[in-house]
Amino acid sequence: MDAINWHSCLFLLFATMASGFAVAVVLAGNIVRMALYLILSLGATAGLFFLAGADFVGAMQLMIYVGGTLVLLVFGVMLTAQGPFISLKTQAGDWVLGLLLAGCLLAVLVPAAFSVADWRNDKPADFVAVQQDTAARLGMGLLGVRVDRLEDRPEPLKAGMSSYLLPFEIVSVHLLVVLVGAAYLARSKRRAATN
Amino acid sequence: MAEVLSRYLPIWAAYLVTALIHAALLINVIAVGALGFIWLERKVAGRIQDRLGPTRVGGKFGWLQTLADGLKLITKEDLMPKGADGLLFRIAPYISFCASFCAYLALPFSDGWVALDLNVGVFFILAVMGLEVFGVILAGYASASKWSLFGAMREAAQVVSYEVPMGMCVVVPVLIAGSMDLVEIGGLQAGWFPNWFVFHDPFTFITFWVYFTCALASVNRAPFDLAEAESELVAGFHTEYSGLRWSYFFMAEYGSMFAVSGLAAILFFGGWNGPVPITSWLGLTADHGPILAYFGNFLGMLNFVFKAVVGVTFMMWVRWTLPRLRIDQVMMVCLKYCTPIAAVMFLGASLWTYFLPGGFGLFGRPYAEYGVERVEPPVPAPQATAGVSAAAVDQGRLQQGRL
Repeated sequence: MDAINWHSCLFLLFATMASGFAVAVVLAGNIVRMALYLILSLGATAGLFFLAGADFVGAMQLMIYVGGTLVLLVFGVMLTAQGPFISLKTQAGDWVLGLLLAGCLLAVLVPAAFSVADWRNDKPADFVAVQQDTAARLGMGLLGVRVDRLEDRPEPLKAGMSSYLLPFEIVSVHLLVVLVGAAYLARSKRRAATN
Repeated sequence: MAEVLSRYLPIWAAYLVTALIHAALLINVIAVGALGFIWLERKVAGRIQDRLGPTRVGGKFGWLQTLADGLKLITKEDLMPKGADGLLFRIAPYISFCASFCAYLALPFSDGWVALDLNVGVFFILAVMGLEVFGVILAGYASASKWSLFGAMREAAQVVSYEVPMGMCVVVPVLIAGSMDLVEIGGLQAGWFPNWFVFHDPFTFITFWVYFTCALASVNRAPFDLAEAESELVAGFHTEYSGLRWSYFFMAEYGSMFAVSGLAAILFFGGWNGPVPITSWLGLTADHGPILAYFGNFLGMLNFVFKAVVGVTFMMWVRWTLPRLRIDQVMMVCLKYCTPIAAVMFLGASLWTYFLPGGFGLFGRPYAEYGVERVEPPVPAPQATAGVSAAAVDQGRLQQGRL
C-alpha cells in the first residue's frame, strides 16, 4: 500500500462525529449539554464541507450555524439557571412523533441521493474533490453571472442573464425588513416599560 | 517533508508525523507567544504605573517571570466546585484554546508561509475567532457560580454585538484587494509604505481604528473586559478556575490578541512587507532562486511578527490607561458609534475606489506602481470535472515538497 486514502479516513471521522453528536443531542437531558453537542455536530459538518473543497460554505457553516447555536446556548443558560427547565424529559408520544418525522425525512433523502446519476458512476476508489475557488463563483452567481453555465445559456438571455440576482435582492430586502421590525419591537417595549 | 520521512517510516506514519510537527509549531507560536506577552504585560503595566515590574527572576529584567508563574500554576490544586457540571467545566478551557488555535491555521506569517492557504482566509479567521466565546459561556455556566454566570452573559452579549462592526471593517480591505485570500491581500501591499491599505484613502485609515476597537472588544481586553470585571464580579467567568485550566483561558486570550493584531497587520499594514522594499533591493525574491527567497520570506516573517507584537503592546497600553466601561456604554459604543462609522467607511471606501481607481497623489495606487501587478478578481472558467484521484493529489504535493 503506497498511500493511505486520507480523504476517506477524514470523511469517516467527520461523518461519525457529526452523526454521533447528533444522536447525543437527542439523548442528552440537559439543555446546555444538548447545545454543546449540537455545536460539535455542526462543526463536524463544517469539516465535511472543508473536506469537499467548499471552503466558503464551510466557513459559512461555522459562522452562521455554529455561531447561531450561541444564541440557543445563551437561552439555555438563562432558562436553566432558574431551575424548572434544568432537565428536559421527553414523553413517549414525542419519541414516536420524532421517529416518524425523522423516518419520513430519511425515506425521502435516501432514494433522492441514490437517484442522482452522477453519484452512481463508478469512480476510482481514491476519488477526492480538489479545492475550488468557490467564493468568487458564488459571488458572481449572486450578481447574475452563472460561471458554471457560461456555455449553455440561451441566446436571447445572453445580454442580461440574471441567474440569482432577483432571489438575492428579495432576501436582502426581507432581512432589512426583519431588522427594522426587530428594532421597532425593542423600542416600543422599552417605552411601554418606562411609561 | 513527508517524502524525506517516508524513507525511514511507513508512509502513514510519515504523514502523521508531518501533520503533528506542523500543528506543534503553531501551538508553540501561541504558547511561547503567551510566555513573552505575559512578561511584557507585567513590564508595560509596571512602567505605566511608575513601577519597575518584575526585576529579579532570571537575572536582569525578570525575563523568566512567566516561567515561574507557569510552574506555580502547574503545582496548584485543580479545584472544581461542588455543584459544577463536571464535563462542561473541564472542557471549557480547551474549547477556548482550540478556537484561538484554529485562527492560526489560516494566518500567513510570510508570503505563502501559511498552514492552510484558504481562499476565504479572512472569513475563516473571523468565523473561528467568534467561537472562542463558547468556552467562556460554558465556563460561566458550568462553574455553578453567580459571578461566573454574569460574566459569561456579558461576554456573550458583547461578542455577538461586536462581530457586526468588526466584519464590516474587515470587508473594506477585502473590497480594495478584491480577494479574501490573506496571502493575496498581503502580497498586494508590497513596495513602499503608501501601498499599505491603511494609507489607501482616508476611509481605510479610520476603518483601521474602528477595527482595532472592535478587536479589543472581541478578544475581551480592557476597557472591554466586562466578563472578568474584578471590581464587581470577583473574576467573572474564571472565578472558580485554578491552576493549569485557568492558564488555558489566558493562553487563548493572548493567542487571540496576537491573531487579531496579525490580521490587522495583514489587512491594513502590509503584512510581511516592510515600509521600504528592502528585500527586493537585496534580491531576496523568488526570481533569484529558492534559497534567497527563503531568506526574504524569513525577513518578512520577522516583519510580520514585529507588527503583530506592536499591536499587542498597543492593546496593553490601552488596557493600563483607560478605565473599564459599563455594559451599557460597551453596547452604546458598538451600536451607536462603531457600526454606523464602519458602514459609512465601507460606503466611502467603495466610492473612493470607484471614482479614484488610480489613487490620489502618492497614496492609494499600490498596484503596478512598484512592479506589482493588480490581480483582477478571477472569474474561473467552467470546470468539467471537479475531482482527481487522491493518489494523484498526494503525488503532486509530494513533488512540490509541500507535505
